[in-house]
Parts: sequence; C-alpha cells; structure tokens
Amino acid sequence: MSGVRVLVGTKKGAFICTSDGHRKDWKIEGPIFGGWEIYHMKGSPIDSNRIYVSQSSGWFGQIIQRSDDGGKTFATPGSTPEDLVSEMGWPQGESNKFVYDGVPGTHLWYDNTPHPWEFKRVWHLEPSLTEPDTVYAGVEDAALFKSTDAGRSWQELSGLRTHNTGKEWQPGAGGMCLHTILIDPMNPERIWVAISAAGCFRTDDGGKTWKPTNKGLISNFMPVPDAEFGHCVHRIASHPSKPDTLYMQKHWDVMRSDDGGDSWREVSGNLPSDFGFPIDVHAHEPETIYVVPILSDSEHFVPEGKLRVYRSKCGGNEWEPLTNGLPQQDCYVNILRDAMAVDRLDDCGIYFGTTSGEVYCSPDGGDHWNPINLHFPGVLSVEVQTLP
Amino acid sequence: MSSVRVILPYHLRNLAQVGQEITVQVDGAVTIGSILDAIELAYPVIRGTIREHGTLKRRPFLRFFACAEDVSMEGYDFVLPSEIGDGKEPFMVIGAIAGG
Repeated sequence: MSGVRVLVGTKKGAFICTSDGHRKDWKIEGPIFGGWEIYHMKGSPIDSNRIYVSQSSGWFGQIIQRSDDGGKTFATPGSTPEDLVSEMGWPQGESNKFVYDGVPGTHLWYDNTPHPWEFKRVWHLEPSLTEPDTVYAGVEDAALFKSTDAGRSWQELSGLRTHNTGKEWQPGAGGMCLHTILIDPMNPERIWVAISAAGCFRTDDGGKTWKPTNKGLISNFMPVPDAEFGHCVHRIASHPSKPDTLYMQKHWDVMRSDDGGDSWREVSGNLPSDFGFPIDVHAHEPETIYVVPILSDSEHFVPEGKLRVYRSKCGGNEWEPLTNGLPQQDCYVNILRDAMAVDRLDDCGIYFGTTSGEVYCSPDGGDHWNPINLHFPGVLSVEVQTLP
Repeated sequence: MSSVRVILPYHLRNLAQVGQEITVQVDGAVTIGSILDAIELAYPVIRGTIREHGTLKRRPFLRFFACAEDVSMEGYDFVLPSEIGDGKEPFMVIGAIAGG
C-alpha cells in the first residue's frame, strides 16, 4: 500500500512524519536541524527521495539543505569533498549564496522612504515539475532565485525585482517576502508568484519578464484600493488539471481567477471571516478548495475559539465548516500560509499545522481530522509527499 | 603558517560537524579576516553564516573575542594578539544571547 511523508517545518527544527495509506498511525522523526527555523521543506515531484529545506536563523542567516534519500540524511548541496573544490582550487560552498543581480537599488519601506534591497531568508522552495535538478526559491526581500544544479548555486531571475513597479513595493507586517511559486504543469515557462505586499505576478517566458496580475483585487487599506500592485496576497493555489483557475487567500478576501490571473473575483461568500493565510485545492476535485479563516488582521486566531477548516466544493462562495476531530472551544491558533497541504492518494488527505505546534491530518478530504502530533514547536510549513 | 584555535557557536559546530574547538592554518599575519578566510576554506559550509556573502559584513548577532577582548568592531585587517597566532588562546566566535 502506498503511503505519505509529511514534511513539517517549525520554529525550532524540521520533522518528518510517515504513515501508510490509512494515515492513522504515524512515525515521527526529528527534530532535524534542531534550534533552527525551518521556513519550508518540499520534495521533488519527480524524485520523491529528493527533499529541499530552507533552514535559517537570525544569528547565522540562510542555509539550504538537501536530502537525496527521502530525508534519512541531509547535506548542504555541493558539500562533498569533490564538489567543494572548483577549477581554481577554491571551495565553492555557495548553496547559501543568494546575492541579488547587479546593483539592488531600493524599494519602499513602511514609511514610504526608499530602503535598500536586503536578502534575509528563503521563504519557499519550489522544485521543478520536469527537471530534477531545477528548483526555485522565493526570498525576502522579495525576489525569485533559480538553481539548475540541485541547489549548489543560485541565480536571481531579476526581471521580477527590476519590474518597473519594484521600486514602489512595500513590505507587509511579516516582511517583504516572495512566498508562493506556482509552476504551470502544462507550460513550465509560465510561473505565478505572490509577494507580500506587492501582489501576484506572472511570467510567460520562464522568468525573463513579468506582469502584475492583480486586476479585480480590492485592498481598502491602500490609497488606491484597486491599484495594479501593492496588494497583500497571502497565498495562491491551483489544481494541475486547470492551471488557468487560481485561488487566492488575500489579506482580506478569498479570490478566484479563471484566466490565469488576468482578472479576479471574490468568492468569500458565507465564510465567518475572509481573513486568513493558507488556501489549497483537493487533489482530484479542481473545484474543491480549503481555507482556515482567522478573526482579523489584528487578531490572528480562529474565530470563537473554534478551529474550523472551511471547504467549498464549488470553487468558492458556498463554504461548509469542517470540525470533526478539531478543537471547538478555547482554541486560539493561527495557520500560516505554507502550513497546509494535500496528498494525492485516492481518498485525498488534507494536512495543516498551527502556530501552537499541532499538525492535523484528514484522510478523507476534510470530513474527519486526527492529530499527527499536538506538541511540535510552532509550525511554519507543512508539505506532503505521496509515496509509491 | 600559524595554527589558530577557533571556538565556534553551537549551531555552527553542528553545521560543520566539528567539536567545540577547531584548528585552522593561517598563512601570514593573523588577522580577523585571515582567520575567517581560513575557517571558510576548511569548512565551506560555514561560508555566509559568520559574514554575509557579497558584502562580507559580520552578521549583527555574532561577536569576535580574542584574549578576553571584544574585537568585533575592528576591521578584518586588525592584527590579533600573538597569543592567538601562537595557539595559546582561542579566537572565539560568539552568538549574542537573546530571547526570554
């Protein structure tokens, strides 16, 4: 029977949880990289043994780790003795070298003054759907990097940051991060990214040029609520079979696009709050989507002390709360933007982790929930690999 | 050539898979910069963690100590006391204590 491997990034290390297809009994390994913040870890869709990890710390900066044996061992890419010596005899060791292309210039700071572009960390790693050694990294301050040597070295796709709007991008409360990377499974040259708080952008030429794709978004905190850019997009998601249909959880509002992001419409419908961070799509039902509303931008916890995942089976507007197995009183947690995932087993599993360290799994599309573990450090990211 | 003893913070020891103290070989004057160069040459995984790639700026939560003196604010060309080059005293990279 096939199984799953859940990759959990936390504020204090990484954990790997494995189970068979029943997703009832779990083996938990970790902490890996104990004491470090693990913003994201994600497996290659081509090679399930390959896992990329973003490991960072306020003291020591950014580290990239890679496993080629399904998480049994990790190493910084290019750190074998033969890797480390270049033709010049100087160690390379550049897997954590994220340097902006050219003179970085400035973006706007919170107070509207120019602020130098400064690399802080990798928020999201997105392995290519087709090339085993290609992986993208979304970073703070917002930029997109690409590696074609499995993380040994990184080059910025600077057409995004140097877009003519880039000088006016501003950070959200969590920093100016590029947190979402969606690759079109039918056209690897077409990629969407989302930046807090610059909005959604799309390239149709593999990252050379980009266009803002924010038409239809309304952000009332902005001087021009329907501006071309500047929206605090929290996450976007799509189903592989319908790449033109995108779903978005924005700072406020759940949105939908059916034209590849060229235009958006609101589908918040009957949600108790349309503020939240994660959004994801059922593996086999392109119109079934999941969000976890929280109370507001000022109160980052679920409403009424009830942890409820909301599901829409019709692509938005009509939502139902999913509560079976989730705490329904005195619960005040948040779920961060990369902390929800779906597996691809026949009965699609849904997973999420909370800021209080709980990770839940629903093996039946959200109808019933069981904890994988209730006592991890605060969860930053959850990804799942469906194993053969 | 000087054999310089270096003490790294806990997380960098784990990253480099070394014990509490390492010894690096420094050619020429024993300065902060030449020791950091030697550390990064011997343990490339550490490149970028003590000082940033590109700018080579010391990470703000790290400090350098030599012979019980904080030399963090000195330039990379600062020549360290002879006890460091002689191996009598270690060069220490220390992470700031923070948290609550």
